Amino acid sequence: MNIAIIKYNAGNVASVMYALDRIGAKYTWTDDEKVIQSADKVIFPGVGEASTAMAYLKEKKLDQLIPTLKQPVLATCIGMQLLCKHSEENDTDCMGVFDVNITRFQSNTLKIPHVGWNSIKAQGENDLMKGLNETEFVYFVHSFYAPVYQDTSAICDYIQPFSAMLQKNNFFAAQFHAEISGKVGQKIIQNFLDL
Amino acid sequence: MLTKRIIPCLDIKEGRTVKGTNFVDLRDAGDPVELGAFYAENGADELVFLDITATIDNRKTLVELVRQVARQVNIPFTVGGGIGSIEDVSALLNAGADKVSINSSAVRRPGLIDELALQFGSQCIIVAIDTRFVEGVDWVHTHGGRNITPIKTIEWAKEVEQRGAGEILLTSMDTDGTKAGFANQLTAEISTNASIPIIASGGAGTMEDFYDVFTLGKADAGLAASIFHFKEIEINALKNYLAKKGIPMRI
Repeated sequence: MNIAIIKYNAGNVASVMYALDRIGAKYTWTDDEKVIQSADKVIFPGVGEASTAMAYLKEKKLDQLIPTLKQPVLATCIGMQLLCKHSEENDTDCMGVFDVNITRFQSNTLKIPHVGWNSIKAQGENDLMKGLNETEFVYFVHSFYAPVYQDTSAICDYIQPFSAMLQKNNFFAAQFHAEISGKVGQKIIQNFLDL
Repeated sequence: MLTKRIIPCLDIKEGRTVKGTNFVDLRDAGDPVELGAFYAENGADELVFLDITATIDNRKTLVELVRQVARQVNIPFTVGGGIGSIEDVSALLNAGADKVSINSSAVRRPGLIDELALQFGSQCIIVAIDTRFVEGVDWVHTHGGRNITPIKTIEWAKEVEQRGAGEILLTSMDTDGTKAGFANQLTAEISTNASIPIIASGGAGTMEDFYDVFTLGKADAGLAASIFHFKEIEINALKNYLAKKGIPMRI
């Protein structure tokens, strides 16, 4: 299998690569349109800030490529947020694969960012949580979130319920870091590779 | 529900795990990669690797160690010790560390926190604060707790958050190595005033100490070393104990 990890300026992806190594999967880290298009699976990871990440994707024209991909795509953390319509983080227009807007957590009592292990609950058809319990713990680090809406495939509760996972056609997204979420995260990645 | 985290700390010297009492008298407690993988399999929520003899010569050894740990371990891990520049952080993150922890270098030049947060994002920048109670006030200490600074711990905690720290690792030099419990009062004061998570460190001796640091100390995570390394407390047993007492835990 031929996996493309999209190369852009959001954070480091070493832990994603090591997670794939542990599973024994081969991958290419690339921003080359042809390589991404011809891959069997595409992973769009990242940690970082929305507006700088989108600016880079636009410069490389990846913002036009990614929404047109036909193979399974897994977006995590900021990758997931960039696939949504708009992010409140520096008022950024994103790619709009998922028809939902990203907003910032607001709380006077709970800490922001949301950091640590929290439970997620699968909703409806969740292909990536097959073989897992309905509720599992995964590792989060984020200050912005996607509200729960029709494409939500897993819900997490922090300050209020939000989308821990999204799923629409060939696009799969996780707000948490599957690559460092222990055995559960490993299973989620394995399920994606098995699609 | 967001759970409280249990974090074993592995002190590293020349690629091996050691743990001292009040940071002197080092003892060898095993291979860091093997120990880290063991903890990840056995309930640890996160790991901290602290290079206690960080020198330029040891840098390459540490980066290589981080690479080996990242290959083996599927939970988040932090690396600290002697980190003083963007280049240091870049090398460690590229090798697979999820977060870095800075201490003395941030005290020396607080602007480093801003620079690192801007470059790599707050989520991967932990500021470690070593504190000691001297003549009625908690003061920041550096160099493994040996040197006192003119900075008050409470104020420094506020400043590092404003500058972009993603988490604070608070180690009380008064309780560290004593096994008589965490510095709950100070931890609570800092945690209540902070919007970022506080990892409490120093003094864990019993399971009840962890219960106290999460309730009285309002900590988001509890860190310990020797009690885990020498199996005085097993992490899974600790988490079951805490969960039974109503503390949210990832079991």
